[in-house]
Amino acid sequence: MYIIIVGGGKVGYYLAKQLVEDGHEVLVIEKDAAKCQQITDELGDIALRADGCEGVTLEAAGTGRADLFISVTGDDEDNLVACQVAKNKFDVRRTVARLNNPKNEVIFKKLGIDTTVSSTALILANIEQELPSHPLIPQLTIKGSGLEIVEVKVPPSSAIVGKRIGEVLLPQQCLIALIIDEEGVPRVPASDTTIRAGDEVVAVTRRESKDALRLVLATPARDTG
Amino acid sequence: MGCGRVGAALAALLNREGQEVTILDIDPDAFSQLPPDFKGRCFVGNGIDQDVLQRIGLAEADAFVAASPGDNRNVMASQIAKHIFGVRKVVCRIFDPIREELYHSLGLETISPTREVARLLKEALEKEAETPKGEG
Repeated sequence: MYIIIVGGGKVGYYLAKQLVEDGHEVLVIEKDAAKCQQITDELGDIALRADGCEGVTLEAAGTGRADLFISVTGDDEDNLVACQVAKNKFDVRRTVARLNNPKNEVIFKKLGIDTTVSSTALILANIEQELPSHPLIPQLTIKGSGLEIVEVKVPPSSAIVGKRIGEVLLPQQCLIALIIDEEGVPRVPASDTTIRAGDEVVAVTRRESKDALRLVLATPARDTG
Repeated sequence: MGCGRVGAALAALLNREGQEVTILDIDPDAFSQLPPDFKGRCFVGNGIDQDVLQRIGLAEADAFVAASPGDNRNVMASQIAKHIFGVRKVVCRIFDPIREELYHSLGLETISPTREVARLLKEALEKEAETPKGEG
């Protein structure tokens, strides 16, 4: 595959290194001369010193034949514009952007960037279980449907502890798909299945209903009266 | 967004016309460019951070202008204003004419000072050339 990487900082460097080792044709576009030199010294003649947001640069880089275009600079606005130029001017099939602010995921998706990766969001997802204010962990986005699979560990304080699934009022188009108890035993939920503290609930939800689902599953009993 | 020479001058013009103006800049010192009689609101913050834009009330704005020195910041802020906050009138300054063309074709209202100033300079040059001919 021909893979273009915009940004030759630490992320771009190690990404390029791995992809070269895997046998791909890689080009790193980087503005900084010293970083370009380091890439050339260590990985070979695969660095182009230029602005990866400029059409002229991307033309010279042969972006039209790239299978994958990845922008990993430390500035979200640069990653957005580089990917938008690649997508709209050179018809690159798959664009990947690094996000520094995870909240930019929505606008990037809306503007046609195929994949976004946020280290902040990834770290949050790994520690979220321990953070009482962020109990909903995204697991998987079902492409094109607007649906997501999320996981929640039911806190002991939750208002739904001890209730049967049939009694829980879920937001529209949300469903509980699987319950894994504290021993790690999975159960297919039925309407008379009782939810216990510490259960892992795997649910399918519309993206816009995530907050509502979070409230249903994790709000402490006293708050709901 | 952007309280440089252009942003400050535009904010002052609109303010004198009686418009309700909010100006945002990442640098707190930038607001010294505004005239002393400026009555609008000034906010320090990052114009491509949706939380900041929410806080300054972008959702209620009738228009948004991106005039920071960075083309990519302007492009991103304008697209957030248009697609996330649903602002009806969004105008985006883009120095690079090639990028300006692309975003114009993607439906953004754009102005490239580079292109415009080049055009004005050319017009001025052509006028200069005509005057002596007319006099002589």
